Amino acid sequence: MSKKAYPYIPNAVPEIKTQLLEACGLSSVEEIYRDIPEHLRLPREMNLPQPLLSEYSLRRHVEEILDRNRSCKDYLNFLGAGTWQHYVPAVCDEINGRAEFLTAYTGKTYADHGKWQALFEYQSALCELVDMDITGMPTYDWGQAAATALRMAARITGRTEVVVTRTLSQERVLQLRNYLLPEIEIKFMEYEQDTGKLDLADLKKKVSTKTAAVYFENPSYIGVVETAGEEAARIAHSYGALLVVGVDPISLGVLAPPSHYGADIVCGDLQPLGIHMSFGGGLAGFIATHDEPKYVAEFPNLIYGITRNEEHEEYGFGQVYWERTAYATREKGKEFTGTSAGLWGITAGVYLNLMGPQGMQEVGKTIMQKSAYAKKRLSELKGVNLSFPSLTFKEFVLNFDQTGKSVAEINKQLLEHKIFGGKDLSLEFPELGQSALYCVTEIHTKEDIDKLVYSLGKILERG
Amino acid sequence: MLPRKFHQARWDEPIIFEMSSSGERGILVPEVEKDIENSAGDVLAEIPKHMLRPQPPRLPELSQWQVLKHYLHLSQETMGADMGIDISLGTSTMKYSPKVNEQLTRLPQIAELHPLQDEQTIQGMLEVYYGLEQILKEISGMDQFTFQPSSGAQSIYTNASIIRKYHEAKGELDRRTEIITTIFSHPTDGASPATAGFKIITLMPGENGYPDLEALKAVVSERTSGLMITNPEDTGIYNPHIDEFVRVVHEAGGLCAYDQANANGVLGIARAREAGFDLCHFNLHKTFSSPHGSFGPGAGAVGVRKELAQFLPVPTVDFDGSKYFLNYDHAQSIGKVRGFFGVAPVVLRAYAWAMSLGAEGLRECAEISVLNNNYLQKKIMEIPGVTVRYADKRRLEQVRYSWEKLKEDTGVGTEDVARRIVDYGIQSYFTSHHPWVIPEPFTLEPCESYSKADMDEYVSILRQVAEEAYANPELVKNAPYQSTIHKCDTSFDDPHQWAPSWRAYLKKKGTGSEAERKGTAESKQSTESGEDRLVG
Repeated sequence: MSKKAYPYIPNAVPEIKTQLLEACGLSSVEEIYRDIPEHLRLPREMNLPQPLLSEYSLRRHVEEILDRNRSCKDYLNFLGAGTWQHYVPAVCDEINGRAEFLTAYTGKTYADHGKWQALFEYQSALCELVDMDITGMPTYDWGQAAATALRMAARITGRTEVVVTRTLSQERVLQLRNYLLPEIEIKFMEYEQDTGKLDLADLKKKVSTKTAAVYFENPSYIGVVETAGEEAARIAHSYGALLVVGVDPISLGVLAPPSHYGADIVCGDLQPLGIHMSFGGGLAGFIATHDEPKYVAEFPNLIYGITRNEEHEEYGFGQVYWERTAYATREKGKEFTGTSAGLWGITAGVYLNLMGPQGMQEVGKTIMQKSAYAKKRLSELKGVNLSFPSLTFKEFVLNFDQTGKSVAEINKQLLEHKIFGGKDLSLEFPELGQSALYCVTEIHTKEDIDKLVYSLGKILERG
Repeated sequence: MLPRKFHQARWDEPIIFEMSSSGERGILVPEVEKDIENSAGDVLAEIPKHMLRPQPPRLPELSQWQVLKHYLHLSQETMGADMGIDISLGTSTMKYSPKVNEQLTRLPQIAELHPLQDEQTIQGMLEVYYGLEQILKEISGMDQFTFQPSSGAQSIYTNASIIRKYHEAKGELDRRTEIITTIFSHPTDGASPATAGFKIITLMPGENGYPDLEALKAVVSERTSGLMITNPEDTGIYNPHIDEFVRVVHEAGGLCAYDQANANGVLGIARAREAGFDLCHFNLHKTFSSPHGSFGPGAGAVGVRKELAQFLPVPTVDFDGSKYFLNYDHAQSIGKVRGFFGVAPVVLRAYAWAMSLGAEGLRECAEISVLNNNYLQKKIMEIPGVTVRYADKRRLEQVRYSWEKLKEDTGVGTEDVARRIVDYGIQSYFTSHHPWVIPEPFTLEPCESYSKADMDEYVSILRQVAEEAYANPELVKNAPYQSTIHKCDTSFDDPHQWAPSWRAYLKKKGTGSEAERKGTAESKQSTESGEDRLVG
């Protein structure tokens, strides 16, 4: 019988192991571990499942498990609420599947030049999208990006309060609360119950000379396009506070970027830009600012910069203002940094460069058209109402109070029609009653939307 | 063995904005049916004028093949772990990421999964989470895990948040304001708890290279909130008194968090539990083989003892005997550290990797990684100019070496060598985190994925470069020559020059002719200070 060999462990071959030991002057590997005292050792073999040694059996095992999922390929999906189903161009997957990008890490411009350029080009494309000059490596996700943007504002202003819209997801609130501890206090500003928009009167009440930043999202978590950005900026700035706006980047082909209405720091998530949902694994945050040292000095994440070597007529890349990072100065750096979401940055860059100016404009318009059609058709159903009459982009809130059914019941029944209904908002926003956040994007066809309308109609008819 | 005659791809690739050609399209947007168009009306007209983007974003315009080729050129100009022998990035455990695992993450059953789907439609995904948790519980001895953190640094922040919440629950947070770490632990063991509001006390190593127990005793007090430490540290030295450290901190009322970024050499050998730790974390993109993705996404697995499970971020994944479910029942949860449930593809790869090896295979990883490292060390130490601090201490999975002698003898420093080895087809190595306690450092980690031939080739390259340094130091100092680009200035601390975007570059180039000249002059100087900006 052949001896055991591990395809991922070349030197597990006994003869090679012996050669290595001999070269080291060792009789056994145990000698290397002699500094670990007995009482710190695990005195037995680990109790783990039997391994699936062949690639085939491993693949079968994992595929069988994953087959217990029903994906948004199997079902028609209208969930958004923080991860959204958009079309992922084939070239995005081709590039992020390239072994060189997939397996690179922290190599410098001399060995990983192409990685640096791809990430610089991501930064450049994102800057065009938000119409600002500075961004860095992607952060973990929108929540982290928003929290860091608020911490940046607190450091810049030397203040410790932030006024934040109440139309945030519970997820975001939990993340902000944990990440803004201990210094920063969160004050929530109300939204207008009839429109879903910012309640500027309440903002004026909450904001003060203690306020570091005012934060809202556009479109908001509940789907509404905020049109009073300029006024919010004016109010924030009049107290010396910064305006921080979170934004869905795929809306920016048609909607004005927040820098146009006075935002000082812009953040958001890259996932809509060519990245699969992957059960939430596709999230990647971004932060962008104007090109002023006071902003750049407060970024915690790495920022790639370009230089031109005139002698050799080459571009080179390096770190911008590295001393601000925790890598340079440990706990004296700005927050912390580390492995973030480089591959998703490269992917978002590929996406934006494939789409170009026209593509971004068209995808924005397409989403609005399809979403508008869905809104119209759905709100024609008996007992189904739009919660807000306001302008929306891709997500909108439907209220089911008059149907006599709960969103939970409706969504359970939609599953029987192989449909994932909108996110149930009844716990996050009890004041909205039995409401759900529906998401319609460019991937939905008329047939898809009609199927939802039909199925919902059937379910509601059943009473 | 002679180093191979290598030349990195050099496409002289323009920045993609320079390639733009008006009107070209890389991809078209899904069609809008006529009925929808008619029903929806002029949606753009509904946007108030001030909220309508006046001009489309100034992105490049290219056709699809042109975009593809551009990025393929860039990928070829990237070394990546799959190309070279990536022993170079010590502390990062650059191991083989099996292709089958990659393919599995790209199946629609995970790639097209929405995190808010009904639980009955995500049973497979939850089973993977639960399965990996059971494996990590056994590897670490901890009682419950979360995979929500997206990285090592965020895992450490999670642990710091749990420590904070624990003391807050006991009403002691006001006075328990200090976290203790060591200089050879990762920089984020200081930075993450500092972000969580703690004052950081950093212990320097004792004479023998171990963290100094007496130094710990001197700083432990009723202010101590916790200890956050790696072991083995980034030197590769395992602290045999780690349980004493834990005991001293426990006696003072603090918690102990084990940064297991360097766990690869101790899988199945030594665990967090036996050393007494309360919390730990693994980097799934290091020890558990998920690829590093050009700096992420990674994932952290945070494990705690059952007394601390109530503080974990929500939700965790549980099993009721017949189905898997998301469990929000953590009375004193710190809330969330990341949206949804963490980086699921990384969790899947880690699960598949661990399942392909089992208990025996995981221990084999550990044993071969330490054996490889000891073999490599033996060979590296034969190279002229290399020294190692604390030479009498046995290393486990990595070694932090020094070119101090080479620098004294030849003027060639570690940054020069890092650039020169690129000419022979290997990754520019990781020097060290900052501050450099070891002068002219370089940190190598030949984990279990590397063959003897890989290690021998790596050593031959370092030897070649050391010999070059003694014979012709300028050759090494001006390297690289066979790479995509030549040596240039890579530090941007001047606001008039830094350009993190093409638009900023054009603005500064167009208006700052003086700055441009200055930049060119500087690029010809030695750039010692700016070059060690490798991170890990």
